Amino acid sequence: MSTDISPAIELRGASKIFKTPSGGLHTAVRELDLTIGRGEFVAVVGPTGCGKSTTLTLVSGLEEPTEGEVLVAGEPVAGVGDKVGFVFQQDATFPWRTVLSNVMAGPRFRGVPKAEAKQRAREWLARVGLAAFEDRYPHQLSGGQRKRVALAATFVNDPEILLMDEPFSALDVQTRALMSDELLELWEGTGASVVFVTHDLEESIALADKVVVMTAGPATVKHVFDIDLPRPRKVESVRLEPRFIEIYREIWESLGEEVRITRERGAAHVA
Amino acid sequence: MSPDTLPETVVAPRDAEPVKQDRTHSRARAARRRKIVVTAARALLLVAVLGLWEGLSRAKVIDPFNFSMPSKIWDQIYTWTTHGTALGSLGEQIWFTLHEALLGWIIGVVAGVVFGIALGRITFLADVLGPYIKVLNSIPRIVLAPIFVIWFGLGPASKVASAVVLVFFPVFFNAFQGAREVDRNLVANARILGASDRRVTLQVVIPSATSWIFTSLHVSFGFALIGAIVGEYIGATKGIGLLVAQSQGTFNAAGVYAAMVILAVVALLAEGLLTFAERRIFRWKPSDSDR
Repeated sequence: MSTDISPAIELRGASKIFKTPSGGLHTAVRELDLTIGRGEFVAVVGPTGCGKSTTLTLVSGLEEPTEGEVLVAGEPVAGVGDKVGFVFQQDATFPWRTVLSNVMAGPRFRGVPKAEAKQRAREWLARVGLAAFEDRYPHQLSGGQRKRVALAATFVNDPEILLMDEPFSALDVQTRALMSDELLELWEGTGASVVFVTHDLEESIALADKVVVMTAGPATVKHVFDIDLPRPRKVESVRLEPRFIEIYREIWESLGEEVRITRERGAAHVA
Repeated sequence: MSPDTLPETVVAPRDAEPVKQDRTHSRARAARRRKIVVTAARALLLVAVLGLWEGLSRAKVIDPFNFSMPSKIWDQIYTWTTHGTALGSLGEQIWFTLHEALLGWIIGVVAGVVFGIALGRITFLADVLGPYIKVLNSIPRIVLAPIFVIWFGLGPASKVASAVVLVFFPVFFNAFQGAREVDRNLVANARILGASDRRVTLQVVIPSATSWIFTSLHVSFGFALIGAIVGEYIGATKGIGLLVAQSQGTFNAAGVYAAMVILAVVALLAEGLLTFAERRIFRWKPSDSDR
């Protein structure tokens, strides 16, 4: 089959234009070309509000591109597929379900029998270190614990493609580093392709094989950087390595310019 | 446990413990005292109002025939409970009214929730039916009660119908709003996790709309009682509303008030049951105190 050699994700000239509430048109993404190989961890960085998240919703099938094509495993995306997992920026755990029931939700939605779903959910809860919390409700957990539930609920579906939209941005700095390490550990066992959107350049370098820098909105790919830091990595220590700092400087030169453009536009808007 | 909690316990002076306990004690005592004062003030207010009413009425400052007085109202309730009303035993009247109100409430709530969620989820339906619902809502629906008496006769059906129309709209609007205001992230998450549209409605939209729906349930039970009473008042064979109508017909002001007191007690009991059910259903919600 041709799907075996096709890349995990391919965006070909994809654009997304939204109607604003006032009736105008807003171009979030413009002529985006991006290819993500199987098992690759790609981080997407760009100035705030440039349309990074829109890229993810296009790949997930939650939104359709206005123009261009989005392919997952060589096939055009039509609606939400079963290959994709998505970790959202905000809390998206179901508050009326217990932790266990939250993690079971994915398999249950996909028609897995209850006993099997429960067993798989328990395995993933153990892996994220929440085995003792399965009867709690989300509001009884800390922000980091809720994020772990979200990770377990995503991984339990065995996604081939993992989309993450600034998943750790709401966490405090220590928890974020810890969660990043855990994410790397979880991911290394699965072979999934990851698209990780963030505005934190350090986080993106520490995690990814490739860093994609987006332009100021409407977003399109400005530059792709390969990160040649060896794996396995520990987020806290890898960022002290000289090579890390070199890479950081190189990417920031490209990203900083876009951030400046966005900021000037914002200032012009205020004035 | 973690090492950084250790030094704290070592450094803390030993005599701090009793002082702390003393404080919590005095705080608890102050809280208790405040509760007593509040309860006493409430009781005092009630006694003062009732006393003033009784006193003014006895002194003929206000007309005792029109305004009656608490002691007469009490006597009326007492006679009704011990000797029964002109229509039969008091319990039967209460049960009759409650039965109509409950039936109307349940039908109204179910219809309101089903329509509210359906219109909240299906934009086409909402666009088509929206204006009509607004028009129906703007009609003062209590005027439908006489029509229902004409349609369904003096039996319970006409009261149930007027309770239904009163209950339906608040429940409908809340369910609709609840379905509309579902966290988009939750819906997106459910869809990514593999939920079909039906599953999204049943397992995401309905649970998140429940707090909206419950808010309307409190108000709407009161409406159901109003519907039943007004229906009975207009024409019935049994019920508290009829009791009011008869008391009014015989210029028995105490009877009207007595019926009001009985209704208030019934409504409060129903409210209590509802709050209890709400607590059971919303175990997943943080209580106000741990926010």
